[in-house]
Amino acid sequence: MSLIVFFGVNVIGDPVDMLINPEADQAEIERTIRALGLDKPIHEQYLYFLKGIGSGDFGKSFIFGEPALKLILHHMPATIELALVSLIMAIILGIPLGLYAGLFPERRSSRLIMAGSILGFSLPTFWVGLMMIMLFAVHLGWLPSTGRGDTAVFLGIESSLWTRDGLSHLFMPALNLALTNISLVIRLTRAGVREAMHQDYIKFARAKGLHPRRVIGVHLMKNILIPIITVLGLEFGSLMAFSVVTESIFAWPGMGKLLIDSLLQLDRPVVVAYLMIIVLFFVVINLVVDILYSVLDPRVRLKDQGS
Amino acid sequence: MKLKQSLCVLLATTALAIPAAAEELTIGLASEPTAMDPYFHNLGPNNAVTRHIFDRLILQDENQGMKPGLATEWKAIDDLTWEFKLRQGVKYHDGSPFNADDVVCSWERAPNVPNSPSSFGTYTKGKSVVKVDEYTVHIKTEAPYPLMPNDVSNIAIVSSDSGCEATTEDYNTGSASIGTGPFKFVSYSPGDSIVLARNDDYWGDKPIWTKVTLKPIKSGPSRVAALLAGDVDMIDQVPTTDISTLEKKADLALSQGVSNRVIYLHLDHKRSDSPFVKANGGGAIDNPLRKLEVRQAISKAINRDAIVERVMEGVAIKAGQLLPEGFFGVSDKLAPVDYDPNGAKELLAAAGVPDGFELTIHGPNDRYINDAKIAEAIGQMLTRIGIKTDVETMPRSVYFKRASRGGPNETPEFSFVLVGWGAGSGEASSPLKSLVSTHTPAKGWGASNRGRYSNPEVDGLVEKALATVDDDARQKLLAQATEVAINDVAIIPLHYQVNTWAAKKGLKYIARTDEATLAIGVVKE
Repeated sequence: MSLIVFFGVNVIGDPVDMLINPEADQAEIERTIRALGLDKPIHEQYLYFLKGIGSGDFGKSFIFGEPALKLILHHMPATIELALVSLIMAIILGIPLGLYAGLFPERRSSRLIMAGSILGFSLPTFWVGLMMIMLFAVHLGWLPSTGRGDTAVFLGIESSLWTRDGLSHLFMPALNLALTNISLVIRLTRAGVREAMHQDYIKFARAKGLHPRRVIGVHLMKNILIPIITVLGLEFGSLMAFSVVTESIFAWPGMGKLLIDSLLQLDRPVVVAYLMIIVLFFVVINLVVDILYSVLDPRVRLKDQGS
Repeated sequence: MKLKQSLCVLLATTALAIPAAAEELTIGLASEPTAMDPYFHNLGPNNAVTRHIFDRLILQDENQGMKPGLATEWKAIDDLTWEFKLRQGVKYHDGSPFNADDVVCSWERAPNVPNSPSSFGTYTKGKSVVKVDEYTVHIKTEAPYPLMPNDVSNIAIVSSDSGCEATTEDYNTGSASIGTGPFKFVSYSPGDSIVLARNDDYWGDKPIWTKVTLKPIKSGPSRVAALLAGDVDMIDQVPTTDISTLEKKADLALSQGVSNRVIYLHLDHKRSDSPFVKANGGGAIDNPLRKLEVRQAISKAINRDAIVERVMEGVAIKAGQLLPEGFFGVSDKLAPVDYDPNGAKELLAAAGVPDGFELTIHGPNDRYINDAKIAEAIGQMLTRIGIKTDVETMPRSVYFKRASRGGPNETPEFSFVLVGWGAGSGEASSPLKSLVSTHTPAKGWGASNRGRYSNPEVDGLVEKALATVDDDARQKLLAQATEVAINDVAIIPLHYQVNTWAAKKGLKYIARTDEATLAIGVVKE
């Protein structure tokens, strides 16, 4: 992985032209090339990079002169915030709406929800984002258009989740980021419900005279949640890693914006470090998802593997 | 329940949307500085932001003219020595006094910042700073050097108490960001905001703003939206497509000004077999761009009025030389070449290529205002006179390397390129030295001469100008060098960029030729 990323990033363009003042003369350009270590052959650069990783050093950002890892970690809280809120939005909006559409498929309101979910899938994020800014910030003036709001420290965590200003800044980008996932959850839930409603265990639960709320809330939900959790887990990874478009439009100071800025300006160490971290991230998320399965479904518990 | 909560959020934000007190200013910036350290990265956005906090010995006014900063007067006392009289009674933000020691140690630190991606050595090399007394310094050079004031105006002065030994990180956290400038450092949060407070003890005109917040919003539409929504009071780099819409808004005011940036075409003057010049049908051809008539024909075939009106939506000024009028060293004899397609065809015939040839124009697509569209327009205009022109544009991260040294032995890869040049020094020697002087790495000349133009007459005049300390004589030499280069069509100037700032009604920005956005330039009407 590190090999692909490193060499992939290093064949494009030349960062020196991005960094240097155009007034600089040839001697100055040479000096910069040497200072960045770009005068060395690429395999030497790679070995040097590997050596650094061994001691937790991903190299220094060309642009900021700071360790790439530190830069990424600095931008991470803002992105975690955004991804978390948008994931919660996807769950609290997606599941009830999907459930409703699945339980009453013939109703006009259900059809409306499903049509809406198609729009949520197919409209490009940047366009929806801009439209939301136009509507909520420019015309109605309800929400601030861009940026991250005030932060506060609560439970030892500094976050904009704890302030009103922070939340108001967070609402639009999180919703924008969540749109696709809300639609995804709606469709998954509806499909799951439609399938499960005809299963014997649901019929049996009903025949036992259980309250419909219990039938849906326990018997049905438990069975349809597994695919939803799998997908949401993976989607959470993507939300964290590639919220590039939303972060750019809303000038959200997160990792996605850092990534796109670094890519455009050829800040190679940051791009490489970023992708390495993301790989790690997906591994961790998949592990968490697997653990969640076992909580929900006793059949996949680890200890049962042996028997 | 959740609905109620989000309603609360909405209500809360409506309350927050009430305009802030008039003395606070929030500016949406298109580009973000990479550090608060004034010597970390010698690049436009950094230099603009650090100017709020750190003064220079000499300041550049909105037209890049030199005006007294921390030095009250300066002159060359002999060919190799410049004397600077320092301003007395100036205090740093922490109360410590400013004197000659600060200047000496600032100049020492400027070129020596670790990990600097583009250092200030460009301005300090070949110069040594000597303290004469508390309020006098001499800067000595090895050869006569008339551009001293321009170079000095690029070096920020930090404090010998807190700044000279500090690291870039100390500047970013604020512990070293102590200058003598009109604003004090409050906070810096990369990607999010830079907050500054008024320096009430400022030696010069005090700013009207008590608190200034600079917010980087790189996406053009988002920046405009932030202004429309009232989240920021002013934005820079208004996208040309939005200018006409914003002009119609009663609650907004636009400020425009020509920049020091010329957009021009460079042609391959050197190679007889140029990689992107082909005979009709694709065969080899002796590079016709080396013939003066062909270069003149290309210049005449370009309808600069159409580019300014259509492509740039009126927001540009057609160009006839390297810098707009009013700058030091500009020639008053040069006018933009008129559009004359028939004349261009005659010139092609005279040059022995009556049926034209095949050419590819290369340009960036994310560097200058509407750059890709300009390249396309030029492709069509040249095709009309018989030079069949292909257009190829690419992101600047790829483009500039290839255009500067993508070919064998680090030669320029392309034959015909669209580029821009902003004269950082604010006078004509900057483009003359970098663009049309012979490529000579040892001397540091022709660093951006992507056409490898070489004319001993131009070199001689530039060399002479750069050794002439007398302003009038130098101005004449620079104008003369420009005339020789332009009449020989070393490059084909297209237009000067015009920059646009948009602000709330009642605010006005004093447009700057160096494209910088400074809070001190925002005035109430």
